[in-house]
Amino acid sequence: MATTRREFIRIGGMGAGAIGLGSGLFTKWWGLDSDPVHDPGTDGDTVIPTFCELCFWKCGVLAHVKNGKVTKIVGNPEHPLSRGKLCPRGTGGMGLLYDPDRLKKPLLRKHGKRGEQTFEEVSWETALDFTAGKLEKIRKEHGPEAVALFSHGYGGSFFKTLMAAYGSANITAPSYAQCRGARDVGFNLTFGAPVGSPEQIDLSNSRVITLIGSHLGENMHNTQVQDMALAISKGAELVVVDPRYSTAAGKAKHWLPIKPGTDLALLLAWMHVIINEGLYDREYIEKYATGLDKLKEHVADKTPEWAFTETSIAPEKIVATARFIAGAHPASIVHPGRHVAWYGDDVQRSRAIAILNALLGSYGRRGGFYVPTQMSVPKLAIPAIAAKPPKAPDTPKGKPFPFADEVISQGIRDACFPGHADYDIKGWIVYGTNLIQALPEPDKTVQAIQNLDLLVAVDVLPAEIVGYADVVLPEATYLERWDDIGGTPYLEQFLAVRQEVVPPMFESKPGWWIAKELGKRLGHADFFPFETGEQLVSERLKKGGYDVAEIKKRGVLKGKPAAVTTEDGLELSFGTPSGKIELFSEQMAGAGLDPIPNYTRHPQPGPGEFRLLYGRAPSHTFGRTTNNRFLSEVYSENEVWLSAKTAREKGLNDGEKVVLVNSSGVKSEPVRLKATQRIRHDCVYVVHGYGHDHPGLKFARGRGMSDSKLMDRAATDPISGTQGMNVVFVTVERA
Amino acid sequence: MARNSKKRYAMTVDTRQCVGCKACVLACKSENDVPDGYCRDWIVEEVRGEFPSLSAEIRSERCNHCSDSPCVTACPTGASHVQEGGVVMVNHGKCTGCKACIGACPYDARFVHPKGYVDKCTFCLHRVNRGLEPACVGVCPTGTLAFGDLRDPDSHVSSLLRTRKSKVNHPESGAEPNVYFLV
Repeated sequence: MATTRREFIRIGGMGAGAIGLGSGLFTKWWGLDSDPVHDPGTDGDTVIPTFCELCFWKCGVLAHVKNGKVTKIVGNPEHPLSRGKLCPRGTGGMGLLYDPDRLKKPLLRKHGKRGEQTFEEVSWETALDFTAGKLEKIRKEHGPEAVALFSHGYGGSFFKTLMAAYGSANITAPSYAQCRGARDVGFNLTFGAPVGSPEQIDLSNSRVITLIGSHLGENMHNTQVQDMALAISKGAELVVVDPRYSTAAGKAKHWLPIKPGTDLALLLAWMHVIINEGLYDREYIEKYATGLDKLKEHVADKTPEWAFTETSIAPEKIVATARFIAGAHPASIVHPGRHVAWYGDDVQRSRAIAILNALLGSYGRRGGFYVPTQMSVPKLAIPAIAAKPPKAPDTPKGKPFPFADEVISQGIRDACFPGHADYDIKGWIVYGTNLIQALPEPDKTVQAIQNLDLLVAVDVLPAEIVGYADVVLPEATYLERWDDIGGTPYLEQFLAVRQEVVPPMFESKPGWWIAKELGKRLGHADFFPFETGEQLVSERLKKGGYDVAEIKKRGVLKGKPAAVTTEDGLELSFGTPSGKIELFSEQMAGAGLDPIPNYTRHPQPGPGEFRLLYGRAPSHTFGRTTNNRFLSEVYSENEVWLSAKTAREKGLNDGEKVVLVNSSGVKSEPVRLKATQRIRHDCVYVVHGYGHDHPGLKFARGRGMSDSKLMDRAATDPISGTQGMNVVFVTVERA
Repeated sequence: MARNSKKRYAMTVDTRQCVGCKACVLACKSENDVPDGYCRDWIVEEVRGEFPSLSAEIRSERCNHCSDSPCVTACPTGASHVQEGGVVMVNHGKCTGCKACIGACPYDARFVHPKGYVDKCTFCLHRVNRGLEPACVGVCPTGTLAFGDLRDPDSHVSSLLRTRKSKVNHPESGAEPNVYFLV
């Protein structure tokens, strides 16, 4: 899979080879024979600490600036999330900052349908006046709740303030319903707290790490991968449950190539073994949990033999891994995952993972789940919100999702179809999230957009969603702006600052400026009581008694040590109704839902079909970075993994172009086939985020295939409203 | 061979910890201003066996800074030479781009820079001489890479090589490579 050395050389090998100046013979004559150590000269004249936004982990970086240009970005050793180290993406901020395809000026659609590239460049004044005028009109005609904000990324905070001032609570991000939502709902129901980001897991002290479909190492959340590697160096072992031989599987003591869609059966069988053999943490369960008897009864018939028929994992392997996992408790963690939007019963699977961790006694324990600590920074005074805005219309009329705890993105989309929800959505502000790739059923998203009175896109690059906007507001990249300040929940207390490294290029503007200017025009200037982003940060820090000069210099301020596990002296408490870990959930029972997870048999692909699975490449953050030429030096397009045996049977060769066709006949873009031993026969796998078609993405356009385009369906979780997206079946054809 | 016999720089690559993320490749490229389309270090992933009985090894590879370096021997102009700590370097001014070294290198570690000279890993000697780690070692999130002096028994690389099983690529080349893979 890796580009081999020879291939890499070939990439640029052509056209190289101009003849060097001078020969050894001449240089000797000229007395130039010394061999100095050449310095490439990439050290900055100034080095400015800030934090990364190539993904959402927020690692502290040091940006080297030489003659006004960012030459390189390295980890900030003082920052707890980077510890001086970076993932590949973090090194590639220059590829974003100097991307020639960046949005450079505000754009306005003066004619043409949304989706047609008929924009005209306009001044900020014009773009902001237009936007504010439309927002005011919607507020007058439909009420402020008719506007929704889709936001992903740290700078979105200013637009959330704008929404609060304007009068709408309809703030949503696909990172809930299309990603981690079900996990947080499942953990909340069990432990009374969500998992959050960074995940509150103390991997570096774990002795056994169990990954359920989570592909750490390909998913490069820096600190977490550092911790996993550190654990391995200390002798920790991995158990990896994945239909694909992932990077982590390659390091595992036990790899269980499970039949996709059956994880819950394995989890229940593991509970069966751990309870029956008395391998759980008795003292911990007695002290902190309720419902063990009911759980015991519930899993009595969930035998390894039963699970074998569902999962294809041999019963003796299930028993052996259950004992292995339990043998290391409480420093044995079943990773909660991050992108868990798979099959539509994802809350129940997450509940099962949470329950298993409870049996291991790993919650609140060293090497398990820590209870995060966080520093706070006082806010500047802003007006009180006069009236509570109405509840989000993110569910169909009369069909609430009982435990949804964030606004559901596809629900807000669907509320653009008149009469679908309690009220209609008429305007979108889209900050940094490419809804065309992030939401399944892209055709529906495009239809919904045509029903809007206004679509504003705030972005750095022309992602597909930008092409559907009425007005495009070009934001400065994270290296060109100040952002608001706040604590991060983590193992230790710290504050980190996002500061401007170089001034904004072109006519791009920081998010705080854009939101403030819109706020002024809408009569909400008092919600933005600062003149610059820097002033906002400084005043908040001063108000909290923090040293402003110090944080600007070091990028980080550390807080007081805090107990985060029982081993540090933490007293555990749980935010559930019973105040205990709820193995049996009265809340779920009360809502008419399974109080203990039940296994649901999901449809499996028919003959000749494959389940479409997707994931990450370490050097990219889905579609956000695929146009980054620097990062693309090491990974420039996705490929389809197909079992080598199946490929042979189909007469398909490794490396040739194929297309995937879903059951509605939608075809993917042509994409290279990777015929490999590393995947089961019943599924295919691609890295998500490719197959861009916006003409403005001159590098990414036409590279690889879009898995989103094939997602004409999703399985909605009745508990959380989150959407399972591993439910698409495809055939593979020669392109 | 080494001009300064006091030090013998070496690198260890822990294959158990490497996830092949390529942060090392990119950090090297930005530190050393390596032109687009080229790299001085790279990742090799080897997967053996048939589904489901598989094993994998991931290696971050680069110039081995061989103690008996075939590239230095092959270089007709003296451009390829041995620097402080046994680091094999190319003097850009003396290199004619004849590629004799590229043919001689058992590790495929060298390429012709668009400016005409042959280029490759320098163990970031410009950093090491200032007491810093090579860029790849500095960035590596998994602690896969370690760099140091083999002649110093207290160095991290020395202690890793004492306590861990290791191997080198192409030991049969006789070049005495100095990048060790911990297995």
